[in-house]
Amino acid sequence: MRTFQPRRILLSVAAPVLALLVAFVITSLILWAVGDPVAEVWKTLLGAPRPRQVVNIVNSASVLYLSAIAVAVGFRMNLFNIGVDGQYRVAAFAGALFAGQAWLPGPLNVLLTLVVAMVAGGLWASIAAWLKVRRGVSEVISTIMLNAIATGLVQWLLLKVSSQEKGSNAIGTKLIPESSRLDGFALIPNASNRVYTLVLLAILVGVAYWFVLGKTRFGFDLRATGRSESAAVASGVKVPRMVMTAMIASGALAGLVGMPLLFGQDYQYGTTFQAGLGFAGIGIALLGRNNAIGIAFASLLWAYLDQQSNGLQIRAGVAPELVNIIQGVILFAVVIAYELIRRADLRLEQNRVARELAAQSPSTPATQGASA
Amino acid sequence: MRHTIKVAAVMSAAALALAACGDSGGTSSGGGSTSSAGAKKTIKVGMAYDVGGRGDQSFNDSAAAGLDKAKSELGVEVKEAAAVNGENEAAREERLQQLVDAGYTHIVAVGFAYAKSVGKAAKDNPDAHFAIVDDASADSKGPNVDQITFAENEGSFIVGAAAALKSKAGNIGFVGGVNTPLIKKFEAGYVAGAKAVNKDIKIQIKYLTQPPDFSGFADPAKGKTAAEGMYQSGADVVYHAAGGSGGGVFTAAKAANAMAIGVDSDQALTAPADVKDVIITSMIKKVDVGVFDFIKSATEGKELSGNKVYDLKSGGVDYSTTGGKIDDIKAKLDDYKKQIIDGKITVPTTP
Repeated sequence: MRTFQPRRILLSVAAPVLALLVAFVITSLILWAVGDPVAEVWKTLLGAPRPRQVVNIVNSASVLYLSAIAVAVGFRMNLFNIGVDGQYRVAAFAGALFAGQAWLPGPLNVLLTLVVAMVAGGLWASIAAWLKVRRGVSEVISTIMLNAIATGLVQWLLLKVSSQEKGSNAIGTKLIPESSRLDGFALIPNASNRVYTLVLLAILVGVAYWFVLGKTRFGFDLRATGRSESAAVASGVKVPRMVMTAMIASGALAGLVGMPLLFGQDYQYGTTFQAGLGFAGIGIALLGRNNAIGIAFASLLWAYLDQQSNGLQIRAGVAPELVNIIQGVILFAVVIAYELIRRADLRLEQNRVARELAAQSPSTPATQGASA
Repeated sequence: MRHTIKVAAVMSAAALALAACGDSGGTSSGGGSTSSAGAKKTIKVGMAYDVGGRGDQSFNDSAAAGLDKAKSELGVEVKEAAAVNGENEAAREERLQQLVDAGYTHIVAVGFAYAKSVGKAAKDNPDAHFAIVDDASADSKGPNVDQITFAENEGSFIVGAAAALKSKAGNIGFVGGVNTPLIKKFEAGYVAGAKAVNKDIKIQIKYLTQPPDFSGFADPAKGKTAAEGMYQSGADVVYHAAGGSGGGVFTAAKAANAMAIGVDSDQALTAPADVKDVIITSMIKKVDVGVFDFIKSATEGKELSGNKVYDLKSGGVDYSTTGGKIDDIKAKLDDYKKQIIDGKITVPTTP
C-alpha cells in the first residue's frame, strides 16, 4: 500500500455511490413509468429491518458469501465457473444423504458431512476441469450443461432415496439426527430466530481465501495465470494443473454453500431446498470485485435487498421481483462506474506526472514513466 | 487498483446503510401498522401464493378466485403476496410473519412449499389462523391450521376414463408440469381410470421439468412440444396437469385436430377462444372452495382446523361438461364417480 492519497480515496467512494445513485434513479423511473408508488417502495426497501430480519439478512448473506467466494476463486484466474449452481446442489444432496444416515455422533457427523460435500462439489467440478484441460472445452459451456445434468441427476437420485412423509407433497432425504442439528447463536437481541452456526464457516472460508490467494505462492501463480497465461507459462507455472486445481477448489467451496441451510434450517435436502444460489454468487463476486471483504459487503447488500423485498407486496403493493431489477441495475452501474473511475484516475495521474515533470528542470529526461 | 475496489465496496454498503438510516425516521409509522385492526371483530385475510402468484392460470389463480369471492361476498379485507423463485425457508416464514405483523388475522398459504413455515408461524402466532393448500403433513399441523387437500387422483380417474372412452386409437397421453409427488397423484388416477375402461390402452407419460426447476408449470412452449410428440405417436387425447404450460398442450391438440383435457379449473371456459373446442372436459380442483370455506367459516366465528380432504364425495374435485363433448359418455362417467364415492373403487395415489 502506498502513501495516503486523498484523491484516490475520493474516487473510490465515487464509484459505488454513483452506482447506487444510478440504480436508485433508474428504479424510480421504472416505478414511475408503470405507475407504482415510488415513495412507498423506497420506504419499504430502505426501512430499518427488525431484529429477526437482521438475523435473516446475516444468515442469507453467509450462504451467498460462500457461493460468491467459490465463483471468485475461478474468476481470479479467468475461469468462469458458471457451474457453482449445479455443484452446490450435487454437494448439498450428497451431504444431506450422508448426514441423514447418522453414522457418526453429533458434531463429528457435521464435520465429516462438510468434507463429503466438498468432495462431491469438487468431483462434479472436476468433470468441467478435465474437459477443459484435456479437450479444450470452454468451462462456460460445460458448466452450464453440467448444471442441467446436476438438476436431473439429483432429482432422479432424490426420487430413489427419498422418504415421503404422510400427507405431505414434498419429498426429501432423511432428516439429519437432532444431535447434528446446529442451534445457532442468539447474536441479535430481541430476535426470535438465531444466526446460523455455520456463519463461522463463511468467515473461515473468507479468511482462507484472502490468505491463500494473497499470501501464498499458489495464490500468486493462480492470479498470475489469470492476468496473463503466457507470462505465467514463461515464469514456470504449469497452467493445466492450475486450471484443474482452481476449478476443483472452486467446486469444493461451492460444496459448502448449502451447508448452513442444511444444518441450520432445512435439516434435509428436498424439493424446497433453496435454488439459484450459484447464479446469485456470480453477481456478488462481480460486485465485490473478487475481494474477500468486498464480497462480504456485497453479500450483505444482496441479502438486505432480498429480505426487504419480501414486504414490498404487503406494504407497497409492488411485486418483489422489483428487487431483481434493482440488483441487476446495481451490477451494471457498478461495473460501468468502476471503469469510468479507473479512466478518470489514470487521466488525473498522467496529468499529475506531467505537471511534476514540467516543474522539474527541462534538462532531466522523463524516463521514469507514470506509476499508475 | 485492488485498494480502490476494497474501499469502494465498503463505501457502497455504507452508503446504503446511511440511506436506510436517513429514511427510517419517516418510515416508522408507515410500517404497515394498522390502527383499525381489533376495533371490531372483522377478519382480515392475508394470502401467500406460491411461485407464479395470481395470473398463473393454475392453482394460485384458483385460490385467488376463492379470495375474490370472499372479498365481494363477505366484505373481508385482503392482502396478497407471492413467493419468488429460489427463495429459502426463512423467506417463506418471513412472508407469513409480515402478514401477521401487518394485522392480518387469517393467513392462507398456497402450496406445499409453505408446510414448514406455516407450522412455525402458527406456533409463533397462536392468535392468528392459518390455512395451507395441498399439505396435510405433521410439519404444518396445529390447532390453528386448516389443512386443505384434494383427492386429485379421484378426479383424474374420471377424466382418465373419459379419455379412454373417447379415444379411437386406444392411445392417450399425460403431460405433467413438474415431476413431484403431487403431480404423480394426477398421473396415478388418470392411468387407473383409463385402464378401468380399456385394460390394454397405451398411455404416454411425460413430465416437463424436474424440481427444483418449476418452470414446467409456466412454459407453454414445453407443453406444446411434449403434446405434439404424443399426438404424432398416435395419441388422440392428452390430459395435462401442468398449470400454465397447458396452453401449449391445447395449441398442439388444435394443430393435430385431436382432443385435450384441462385441469384445475373448467378450462373450456377459461382457455383462449381458438382452442376451447379441443377441450373435451377438465378435472376441476376447487382450491377456491377450500379457501372460501376457510374464510367464510371464520367470519361466522367458527375457525377451521385439521385436515379437510376435498374429494369427489364433497364435490372438491369433479369433471366439467362445458361444450357438451362428453355428453354421450356422461352416464358411464357418473357411474364411475358413484363407485368411487361409494368406496367400490379405490383410486391409487401413486403410479
